[in-house]
Amino acid sequence: MRPEMMKQVEELRGVNAVKVKEAKEKGQKVVGTYCIFSPHEIAMAAGAIPVTLCGTKEEPIAVAEEKLPRNLCPLIKSSYGFAVTDTCPYFYFSDVLLAETTCDGKKKMYELMGEIKPMHVMNLPQQSEGKENLEYWKNEMMKFKGFLEDSFETKITEDKLKAAIKLGNRERKVMKDLHELNRVKPAPLSGKDMMMAQWLKGFNVDKEAGISIIEDLIDETQGMVDRGESPFTKDTPRILLTGVPIGAGSEKVLDILEESGASVVALENCTGYKGLDRMIDEDQEPITAIAEKYLSTPCSCMTPNNGRIDLLQRLAKDYQVDGVVDLTWQACHTYNIESYNVGKFVKEELNLPFTQIETDYSDSDRGQIKVRVEAFLEQIQG
Amino acid sequence: MLTIGIDIGSVATKAVMMENGKKIITKHITPTGWSPKESGERVYREVLEKNGLEKSRVNKVIGTGYGRIALDFADKIVTEITCHGKGAHFLHPNTETIIDIGGQDSKVIRINKEGQVLDFLMNDKCAAGTGKFLEVMSNALEVDISQLSALADRKNGRKINSMCTVFAESEVISLMAEGAGKGEIARGLLESTANKVMVLGGRIGLVGEVFFSGGVSKIPLLRAIMDEKMNNPLIHSQDSQYIGAIGAAIVGAKKR
Repeated sequence: MRPEMMKQVEELRGVNAVKVKEAKEKGQKVVGTYCIFSPHEIAMAAGAIPVTLCGTKEEPIAVAEEKLPRNLCPLIKSSYGFAVTDTCPYFYFSDVLLAETTCDGKKKMYELMGEIKPMHVMNLPQQSEGKENLEYWKNEMMKFKGFLEDSFETKITEDKLKAAIKLGNRERKVMKDLHELNRVKPAPLSGKDMMMAQWLKGFNVDKEAGISIIEDLIDETQGMVDRGESPFTKDTPRILLTGVPIGAGSEKVLDILEESGASVVALENCTGYKGLDRMIDEDQEPITAIAEKYLSTPCSCMTPNNGRIDLLQRLAKDYQVDGVVDLTWQACHTYNIESYNVGKFVKEELNLPFTQIETDYSDSDRGQIKVRVEAFLEQIQG
Repeated sequence: MLTIGIDIGSVATKAVMMENGKKIITKHITPTGWSPKESGERVYREVLEKNGLEKSRVNKVIGTGYGRIALDFADKIVTEITCHGKGAHFLHPNTETIIDIGGQDSKVIRINKEGQVLDFLMNDKCAAGTGKFLEVMSNALEVDISQLSALADRKNGRKINSMCTVFAESEVISLMAEGAGKGEIARGLLESTANKVMVLGGRIGLVGEVFFSGGVSKIPLLRAIMDEKMNNPLIHSQDSQYIGAIGAAIVGAKKR
């Protein structure tokens, strides 16, 4: 049982690749980004199209390893590999790249990637709390705004920023509403479909068209809920998936979970719910409001990262989850170390079964992960 | 009610027939070889023949172990983690933690008083600290793995630093070239194996009475080294290697 609209959602992949080409031919500028710390609204206010760049597939990793160490997170290697092999249409059409000093692996890789295309790196504070960190981050927003104004010879006005914030919030809200449909027991959408819909929003060249498709998907899915339709039963174990971002090509663990009989009801990661939890305050001065929203992102590159614990607690309750799975990419130190405290919190405070899975994009450990996942589901079902 | 649990491990395939999930009728073991499907079918046939039974007399067949999906005639497939919990609980009801070192993985499982899994950890996709590791190292020392314990020095071991099986083999060869005795190296290998599984155990806690199972638990000196490292001695049973199959037979007797 799957909403018909999911077909249209999946088609967005092809549609957006064509749309970015058309927009480019009409003279529109494109800003390529990698991370949910990237303030898309500032690019939108500059009249440019912000797009997420490719980094979720195994294929370009081998080429990336000609320059990057093998023992590095697959997301970083894949992102760089797509760039050097020029196999990502969005990278190809990007005029400039925007990146942030999140983890060590990314920021050092960006030095190499900056040799391929003009790149602006925002210096992200390592702590999200404290006024001085917000002031610092606001200044980084101003520097990025100046960079775009110079690069695109345009003026980013307060009105344009406010309009971009409104549109960004509308997109966020519709994605959040979609995610919240899976609070229902049994969930109407598979975790795989939810992941795909959420991940694809990053490539939406035409935001209005993207919002409209998701609104239709919500309507159809709500209809399924009203009729009591679901691909799952009330006894299907409900899993909260947290940890590193996933997309098409890196959804191995999500697939194994659902193949083994689970329903992944909530995606706490940054390709899922993490960036949707908080809207940008539309009543504040725009740059401050944008800085506040993005700095509050509960990413493992922050220390401390209490926001993630708080978010997990809310999601576990709101989505009636039976267990939490923490996904870590190999050599991702921040998520890997944080997993210890996340596990402790989930087991001791939420009293829920917890497991961490550390892997990469390859299929070499599928069999082993399957054993762990099946055993974890058996543990949940008693 | 008769149930058969079949545990297809990477090295050996084990089958246990039980009555009502409470009494062991037959135990049987055979090398897995290249075909888990064939060894699973063979062990099943042999258990039936041994007891002069027709297939129809057996109420449930439960498959477990890495080769479990090859058992197309099984009524149900359950992971070895769940089965080990039930099996260790059957053999030693006070068990709270299980350390299992098999041919290609090592795992630590915490269970409750009913033998249900509370938490577990497995080694990552590397062979370090598994039976395969000891087998490769035994080859480098030109002995069979079954002789490793007897060969090992009673007191002193050479430290093996490499975590990776391939690099550890080069390390062993270098140590031999330096003139280190085989006995010291053999002990070093067993100490290294013990250390690795203790670290894994430390992550989820080696709580209460700890049951040691899996093919590698048959090595006496390794058990002695682990006992020394632990505050309380490990529980070991003659039937340790069968706990997966026992657990599977118990799962089969469960009404559900």
